Amino acid sequence: MNWPAIYRFSPTCFLVSLLLLHTGPAAAVEPSEFVLSNGMKVLLVEVPKAPVATVQVWYKVGSRNEVMGRAGLSHMLEHMMFKGTAKYPKGTFSRLIRKNGGIDNAFTGQDFTAYFENLAADRVELALELEADRMQGLALDPNEFQTEREVVKEERRLRNEDDPQGALVETLYAQAFLSHPYHWPVIGWFTDLDAMTLEDLQRHYDTFYSPNNATLIVVGDIKAEALFPTIKNLFEPIPKGPSPKHATTAEPEQRGERRFLLKREAQVPFVMMGFRVPNYSSDDSYALNLLEAILSHGKSSRLYQSLVYDQKISLAVGAEYSLMQTDPGLFYFYSLVSPDAKVENVEDALQREITRLQSEPPSETELQRAKNQVEASRVFEQDSNFRHAMLLGESESIGAGWRRVDQFLERTQAITAKDIQRVAKQYLTQDNRTVGILVPTPSRQPEFPPAAHQGKP
Amino acid sequence: MCTPSTASQYRFSRHRFRRNRAVLVVGALLVALIGFADRGSAADLAPAKITTANGMTVVVLEQHFLPIVEVHALIRAGSAQDPPEKAGLANLTASLLDEGTITRSSKQLAEQIDFVGGSLEVKASEDFTTASARILRKDVDLGFTLLADILLRPAFPKQEFERVRSQILGEIVSDNDDPGQVAMKAFNQLVFSHHPYRWPVHGTDDTLSKITLADVQNFYSKEYLPSQTILTIVGDITMEQATALVQTHFGSWKKGAPPVRSIKKPAMIEKKTVQLSEKDLTQSTIMLGHGGISRTNPDFYAVTVMNHILGAGGFSSRLMDSIRDKQGLAYGIMSHFDARAMPGSFWINLQTKTETTNQAITGVLAEIKGLREAPVTDQELAEAKSFLMGSFPLRLDSTAKLAGVLAQVEFFGLGFEYFSQYPKWIERVTKEDVQRVAKQYLNPQHYALVVVGNLAKAKVRH
Repeated sequence: MNWPAIYRFSPTCFLVSLLLLHTGPAAAVEPSEFVLSNGMKVLLVEVPKAPVATVQVWYKVGSRNEVMGRAGLSHMLEHMMFKGTAKYPKGTFSRLIRKNGGIDNAFTGQDFTAYFENLAADRVELALELEADRMQGLALDPNEFQTEREVVKEERRLRNEDDPQGALVETLYAQAFLSHPYHWPVIGWFTDLDAMTLEDLQRHYDTFYSPNNATLIVVGDIKAEALFPTIKNLFEPIPKGPSPKHATTAEPEQRGERRFLLKREAQVPFVMMGFRVPNYSSDDSYALNLLEAILSHGKSSRLYQSLVYDQKISLAVGAEYSLMQTDPGLFYFYSLVSPDAKVENVEDALQREITRLQSEPPSETELQRAKNQVEASRVFEQDSNFRHAMLLGESESIGAGWRRVDQFLERTQAITAKDIQRVAKQYLTQDNRTVGILVPTPSRQPEFPPAAHQGKP
Repeated sequence: MCTPSTASQYRFSRHRFRRNRAVLVVGALLVALIGFADRGSAADLAPAKITTANGMTVVVLEQHFLPIVEVHALIRAGSAQDPPEKAGLANLTASLLDEGTITRSSKQLAEQIDFVGGSLEVKASEDFTTASARILRKDVDLGFTLLADILLRPAFPKQEFERVRSQILGEIVSDNDDPGQVAMKAFNQLVFSHHPYRWPVHGTDDTLSKITLADVQNFYSKEYLPSQTILTIVGDITMEQATALVQTHFGSWKKGAPPVRSIKKPAMIEKKTVQLSEKDLTQSTIMLGHGGISRTNPDFYAVTVMNHILGAGGFSSRLMDSIRDKQGLAYGIMSHFDARAMPGSFWINLQTKTETTNQAITGVLAEIKGLREAPVTDQELAEAKSFLMGSFPLRLDSTAKLAGVLAQVEFFGLGFEYFSQYPKWIERVTKEDVQRVAKQYLNPQHYALVVVGNLAKAKVRH
């Protein structure tokens, strides 16, 4: 399934904390910020608790920078970024990192593409050298591309075709966004993957992979002062690239509910309800973020208590909102329907919780709980260098900047119960929603008899 | 070559919305292996261990960088202790711990932990059950209070028993939408016939329905004892504070007679067994494997190196190179030796489009044979060892990871020298060892093969 961004469905605490930097009991160590002469931003955070570090390079390019007919180009390029350069031919990158005890990987979202290496702090330079090398001069080989395209198609089958929930999420975005590129899935459509050419990849790479469109982040057992000269030596010689245009098609206002069904072989129904809402650039995002927590963080949250505990009509239920998006995205509800429950009842129950928030403000206890959760999760998040770096990378890549994120907690603390009620009324309206329902169809053939056949010994 | 992701995810993660009733989600994200390198670096950790008067093992590791504390209880009882006709008992018992105690209702427990932004989680697995509280330092007393409450004084209310059981039954139905789960269940049936590892941890429709509230209460009374518990405390807390909190909150836990355990070895698979399961999908989910090793098997480290080269080493493994990078047949492919208290299983899993099912299986078998028939190259061996040694500290780089690893080191009786000796144990593995364990623990003739997918089109010939 291909969620528009990584976090979307990760454990809630992770989600929340994406937003806040610095807070309470343990203020995060402030990053040292540098900007190279070619425009690359560098953020370094010293965390001496274990002899390890994470190196991450975030490019401001994701599926929102693609055009109709080439959906999935950013992600395909991410895969091709491991196919080698003149200096480090195919296979060398990961082999060198692994040989040095590190792991490397990458991920693509709607708004960004990020590469990372987690490794011993004394091997950071190797990761930097390799990342600097592939920022230019990527070898795009036609044969490698043919094979990798098949790999990506397998990935699409795995996440979107054969996963009922993945299929529903993909359709929800396609319905909620008509003209904005959030319309298509990050992994792309089969026909677009087949139509993609090496020239498309080259153009995408030349346009977006340059120091002025990237943020380098290192979090771990490093000394910023000592490491910066190395970074300068490795990255500053890379010439500044074009300034990519970041304008995208605006999404017109939604005027009336959209509703769709997805029928496929499945055991239980799945319901999603998405509402178009603002992103970090609006003050309402703080209240929406707390609204999400009140609805779905922990077993004392409203949705769990109502749909899972009291009514027993959901196996899992939740609300998700990420204000960390370049353009306004979705606030959505989901419910995995209990086998004996009716989809209509689940939808009604979700709507009742929305109506309740619109008609009366949450209690002070609930509001305080949500604030405490948001604050605590920020501290827990720093337990992982990787997540700490992701928070910085994401905030830079979507245009918010890590400093802005810094004010987040303060703004959150100022939100009142009335604010929560107000945003519920303003955005969680029927005319602004898109409802998607996965309708299970019976298996085409009866389940094969469990009679195993046995081969020759 | 590397893969990851799409939007969301890294490589082999499969996010689902279910799992644990509450919020969920998931994913295995990065297979957490991890590390650093050829200097063979050991981890410099000095945990302290004590045994309390009532027989509980307590392990404490001070980590003062962040104001957080992880309190992690491991109880030496899991689904391996389920009576076969009541598979799912350990899991149901665990799932009910935080659904009401003598003094707090399910909702009160949830409200208290949620209010301070902490988490309280219980999880049963095959060999043990864990219950853990993750909390800010300022709330550490509450963390101990709630964790002790659910472990020492669960009330097992009748209505919660019924509700949670229906919830798990629902999840079992829903799991059938995940071909990986379907394949794993079928595979375990083939590999662990007549063995406690045969059944899913959560049981089956049939076995869950046979469990009564009295079964749960009896299981709890028999298994949840201080002597069966390893309590690991990691974070911003001193040894003195930790000891005092343990005494206050767990001191009253009554001793009991330790339950008797019998070690069962799974029967070796003596022939090839194939099981096919029909689903209307575009890919075949393939699992191929057989019995494996226990965690205390002396060959564990040699097997770890061998398995790394075969398919556990991610982008540098032979399976990834052959099946993904050269043939483009799969997005993810991995081999696993699940080393448990009793010998676990070995398996390779992948998903490939229906049409290439046979080609992928042939490729997998060729790699298994290859590892048995010829020694690995010097370079493969050196690189595998250097990764395993070097990545060791990455396994210990967060409070949560440390608590989990410390608890398991104690559970498996590895001794704290594990942290300093691990690199040496890996370093001494030779090419001959790798080929010897490949021949001993991999079998390309007698294996279980499970394929879930569109069988009419896949035409499995193996």
